[in-house]
Amino acid sequence: MGLDRRVFFKVLGATGLALAIGKKASATKSSNSDVEFNGILYDATRCVGCRTCEYECATAHGLPAPKDEVEVVRTTNETCNTVVNTFQTSKGEVHIKRQCMHCNEPACGAACLTQAMHKNETGAVTWDGDKCMGCRYCMVSCPYDMPKFEFLKTNPKIQKCDMCFDRQKSGEKPICVTNCPNDALLYGKRRDLIKEGRRRIYEKPELYVDHIYGEREVGGTGWLYLSPVPFEELGMNTTLQQSSYPALTKGFLYSVPSVDLLLPPLLLGIYAATKNNQSKDKEDE
Amino acid sequence: MNNSAYPIAKEKEIKFDWKFLFNELKPKGKWLTPFNIISIPIILLGIFLIVIRYWKGLGSITNLTQDVPWGLWIGFDVVTGVAFAGGAYVVTFMVYILNMKNYHSIVRVTVLNGFLAYAFYTGALLLDLGRPWHVINPMIGNSFGASSVLFLVAWHFVLYMLAELIEFSPAIAEWLGSQRAHKILSGMTIGAVIFGITLSTLHQSGLGALYLMAKDKIHPLWYSEFIPVLFLVSSIFAGLSMVIFEGTISHKVFFNRISDKNEKAQNGIIHGLSKICAVTMFAYLVLQFVVFIHGHNWSYLNTPMGYWFLVEMIGFVMIPMMLFFYSYRTANIFMIRLAAILTMIGVVMNRLNVTIVGFRWDAAVHYIPSWMEIIVTLAVIFTEIWIFRWVINRMPVLGDSPSWAKDNK
Ligand code: SF4
Ligand code: SF4
Repeated sequence: MGLDRRVFFKVLGATGLALAIGKKASATKSSNSDVEFNGILYDATRCVGCRTCEYECATAHGLPAPKDEVEVVRTTNETCNTVVNTFQTSKGEVHIKRQCMHCNEPACGAACLTQAMHKNETGAVTWDGDKCMGCRYCMVSCPYDMPKFEFLKTNPKIQKCDMCFDRQKSGEKPICVTNCPNDALLYGKRRDLIKEGRRRIYEKPELYVDHIYGEREVGGTGWLYLSPVPFEELGMNTTLQQSSYPALTKGFLYSVPSVDLLLPPLLLGIYAATKNNQSKDKEDE
Repeated sequence: MNNSAYPIAKEKEIKFDWKFLFNELKPKGKWLTPFNIISIPIILLGIFLIVIRYWKGLGSITNLTQDVPWGLWIGFDVVTGVAFAGGAYVVTFMVYILNMKNYHSIVRVTVLNGFLAYAFYTGALLLDLGRPWHVINPMIGNSFGASSVLFLVAWHFVLYMLAELIEFSPAIAEWLGSQRAHKILSGMTIGAVIFGITLSTLHQSGLGALYLMAKDKIHPLWYSEFIPVLFLVSSIFAGLSMVIFEGTISHKVFFNRISDKNEKAQNGIIHGLSKICAVTMFAYLVLQFVVFIHGHNWSYLNTPMGYWFLVEMIGFVMIPMMLFFYSYRTANIFMIRLAAILTMIGVVMNRLNVTIVGFRWDAAVHYIPSWMEIIVTLAVIFTEIWIFRWVINRMPVLGDSPSWAKDNK
């Protein structure tokens, strides 16, 4: 008996180890720099906080028009895909537009068990209502809390910025980019946007902090931000890891097939080994 | 053997009889028991609330928010419930794989418990889905999200339920008196057991892995890359404590269904299980400690969340562990039961701390489940107990199989 139990714990130990270690090494690989996604560069030094993008976005997506009078810091919600917030910073009033970041390797997409959340080749992360089962795992996983759920609907949808995927497909720019009166938004290939961002920082180092938010955060995002003040002052999370979010689960996911394949023969082996005791035990029964 | 308890098996050996089935569906025994008086109104209210939920949307009866999209129904019903159902894979492992025959008498009831737990908690999952009519999508293959932990968990759930059903099916065959089916189904047991253990290992840890991407949302004392391992190890003693607890209750409530032999074996079984609990809890504590050191978490200890963490770890893991060790050595059954209850509280705390208390612990507004969520949860649990009772009172679960089933092997 004592021996049996030892085997028992060994098996558990082995399984646990396999789960923990998995293929951690390969899971840490990040960044999708070989894919040419589109993105949008947002320059907070140019944004004047007119909120035109908010109004245009709401109209284009059939959502209620945003209120004129707004509290200082808002978040997006199920009826509003983007918000422009105003912060009092060390350099005075600075505005910042928030929406889904369209991550290179989106956590929401890796979380979704129906592939309803999906990163398209255009760079847009979109939601497909024919697939989604409303489990809200995308919301749990998104580091920016961007997918929003219609909690009060019989047939609820997940709402978030879709980077105007339909417009993208017909070669147009997202509606916010087209309508920004101050050139605060620039649409293009993500790689070019990063170059452009660097150029702006290089030319006017006194104007910008030396940080393109979204270049590395969570493995790179489609939206890239330039700012005159450190991003913490604008309510952006700067403590997020620099590598991709889906990589967090890869160790586990890789270990699944190995456990599925290796554990049964192991169990069968133990079963065969302990079977001899059976004939003895039967007599006491 | 005490075949008198199963006249059915004798009479209905050959023919499948619909009248018999119909009679069996009717309740047996007294109606106005305290349990019924409490559970019936709650179940009815729960059904009413579920109707509202499907009519007006999830937000109409839950307190879920955009920041906290998973609440009590996932955190308690699914994540905690499945941990407690872990007894089934541990016990089948011991009995069928390690051939620890003296635990044989608890296999059926544990598997039944596990199966019902899964059936109902997956049911609870359906309540929580916003678009449940698409639940079939990840199953039929038109949209496999194979990179999703939830996808794997869902598949492992469904397959595991099948495995448990097969493990339990000989009892159904005995109840219906179908010898042929019994023979075939019994032959499938060992395969189902091996399959089931494998699936359990993965979905028990998978439930923890679900939260891996919530890295910045869960309090660091409860988040680590090792959540899957911690969930797996704790499911062992969670499941076994449940077996001890449930055994204690069953032996009081269903004493007339239990054979003398099993009654006698009970204390020995509890005694043996206590040792396994103690050892796995020790391993769990060591793991938790390593994770704690690894995460450089000292600075969190002297905060309210840190105290709460210590309450969980010391009060509801360390103390019950020592109780298990102590009562194993002194063979004190009462203390073992006490330890099992403390352990169960500790597991509930742990799962809720990961999924609810520690989730967005820094938010201005905290999620607190609404009374309606709690009623629905209770309704789910009570309905499960009803079915459990129905099965126990009819099928040879706690007692002996009819004599023909023994020779059939
Ligand atoms: S910000 Fe969130 S919702 Fe948007 S792509 Fe990234 S993970 Fe998905
Ligand atoms: S709620 Fe929908 S989109 Fe989000 S993970 Fe679930 S199935 Fe995918």
